Amino acid sequence: MKNIIETDGITKRYDDFIAVNSVNLEVPRNTVYGVLGPNGAGKTTLISMLCTILRPTSGTAQVNGYDIVKQAKEVRASIGIVFQSRALDDILTGREHLEMHASLYGVPKDVRKERIDEILDLIALGKKVDEYVKTYSGGMKRRLEIGRGLIHHPKVLFLDEPTLGLDPQTRENIWEYIHNMTQTQDITVLLTTHYMEEADQLCDEVAIINKGQIITSDSPSNLKRELKADTITLKVSDPEEFVKKAKKLEFTKDIFLMNGEVKMMVERGENLVPEVVDFASSQGIHITSVEVEHPNLEDVFIKYTGSRIVGEGK
Amino acid sequence: MPEIEGIYTIWLRETKRYVRYRSRILTSVVTPLLWLLIFGTGLGSAIRFGGIAGGYKAFIYPGIIGQTILFTTIFSGLSVIMDRQYGFLKEIMVAPITRPSIVFGKSIGIGTAALIQGVILLLLSFVVGVTMTVPAFLISIVLIVIIALGFAGLGLLIASLTDSLEGFNLIMSFIVLPIFLLSGALFPVTGLPSWLKFAVYLDPLTYGVDALRNVILHQSALPLELSVVVIIGFAVLMIFVSAFMFTKREQGLM
Repeated sequence: MKNIIETDGITKRYDDFIAVNSVNLEVPRNTVYGVLGPNGAGKTTLISMLCTILRPTSGTAQVNGYDIVKQAKEVRASIGIVFQSRALDDILTGREHLEMHASLYGVPKDVRKERIDEILDLIALGKKVDEYVKTYSGGMKRRLEIGRGLIHHPKVLFLDEPTLGLDPQTRENIWEYIHNMTQTQDITVLLTTHYMEEADQLCDEVAIINKGQIITSDSPSNLKRELKADTITLKVSDPEEFVKKAKKLEFTKDIFLMNGEVKMMVERGENLVPEVVDFASSQGIHITSVEVEHPNLEDVFIKYTGSRIVGEGK
Repeated sequence: MPEIEGIYTIWLRETKRYVRYRSRILTSVVTPLLWLLIFGTGLGSAIRFGGIAGGYKAFIYPGIIGQTILFTTIFSGLSVIMDRQYGFLKEIMVAPITRPSIVFGKSIGIGTAALIQGVILLLLSFVVGVTMTVPAFLISIVLIVIIALGFAGLGLLIASLTDSLEGFNLIMSFIVLPIFLLSGALFPVTGLPSWLKFAVYLDPLTYGVDALRNVILHQSALPLELSVVVIIGFAVLMIFVSAFMFTKREQGLM
């Protein structure tokens, strides 16, 4: 079994709205696989179907070789899940959460203590582990949830937006933690995210999903290589005018305004900066800042969907 | 025995929650005391209530026990709605255990809480001047647990059919209060107009209160065996129906 997750035309339809539209996904064993897309793209619906929380309207999927509808219980025993929203009980301690999970998932009693200690090492809760969860910080809660998902040594760990709502430093800690975990454990991780950086840093392979459909999938580096374009971001005195004029330049592949800044898509951007500056001053437009960026996943997303991934809170 | 283990785990969590929310234990003592001391004494002074030592206050004592058990167990069952809102229900529902095990674990947990509460309530008997014998105490505890299981099942059943606590007032007005008021907790069920009598005998709590009154005050409207059969039947029915609903509405609960 090369792929630990395989879906075949999996679809979820609500009345006249199609949340997930005939998705075919192949997730190779022992990889970190990212499903990247904006909010409302169908990421959570897709992951929920794979976790047996939602039943697909049509199509099938296999997780660890088990059918997600006909063998739901076997699927549940093979997976660990960290939900997008918190799934902790405020009035239980961290250790109690781990114990409860271990017994719900039938971890044999004689190895339970050992497993819990092993996880506690990993999630580094310190003394807090014996305090009520309501006293934990956001990062600690998330680490506890990820640790809990690992107690029964699942074959696949599903992480639904693992760093949503966390501060940047905690986010990086979680990334490091997920990265270390995949190095040391025999586990496949399927994570959803709308953070480009997260997908870029963590994933071996990324599927971009938009409006319920997978648009493309490949390794982050291959996806970026396809673009062959750098982005020059400019802050200028008259952006509209500049866009209009710079459109005619022969090296401009694409140019548009985003949040008051001019974005020019060009090849070998660093060599073109002098020319762009000269051009602006010849047109009487004042440049306040120039920045050259090599393509990132965000640009990949823009290329395929024509729009930006909308950030948090929208 | 993974299912037994699962039931045990869910029972353990339910019991821990009950014990840790101290305010809940405090309320479950204070509320019945208010009923007994204020309502019992107040109405008891206004009406002539013969036949029982201790008068009206003693008469409503088993009724108030029934009421306390009814309220706490139904609301504990409804706490599944809160578990769902806080996301914790998902953690339980995606575990590889069957849905009936979840319902059984919850019900037994609520039954355990009722057991603790029952002990406290029965120790309050001196307040109303009722002498509690050891056999009466033990039989009452058993009855309380059976009543508790039935209403825990009803609470879970309602929770499986309700999406949010917005319907809380409706549940209160249309289910919980009628069950309490019709149960004969506050008045004798003999000699009622026939329309009311009909409703009273449809109410499962009527049989619970009558059985408790039989054991504690040696006074009842129905034979004890009949009441016991009805409350056992109710408990079994409610738990099985809600186990069925949890299986059927699995998706809606996650």
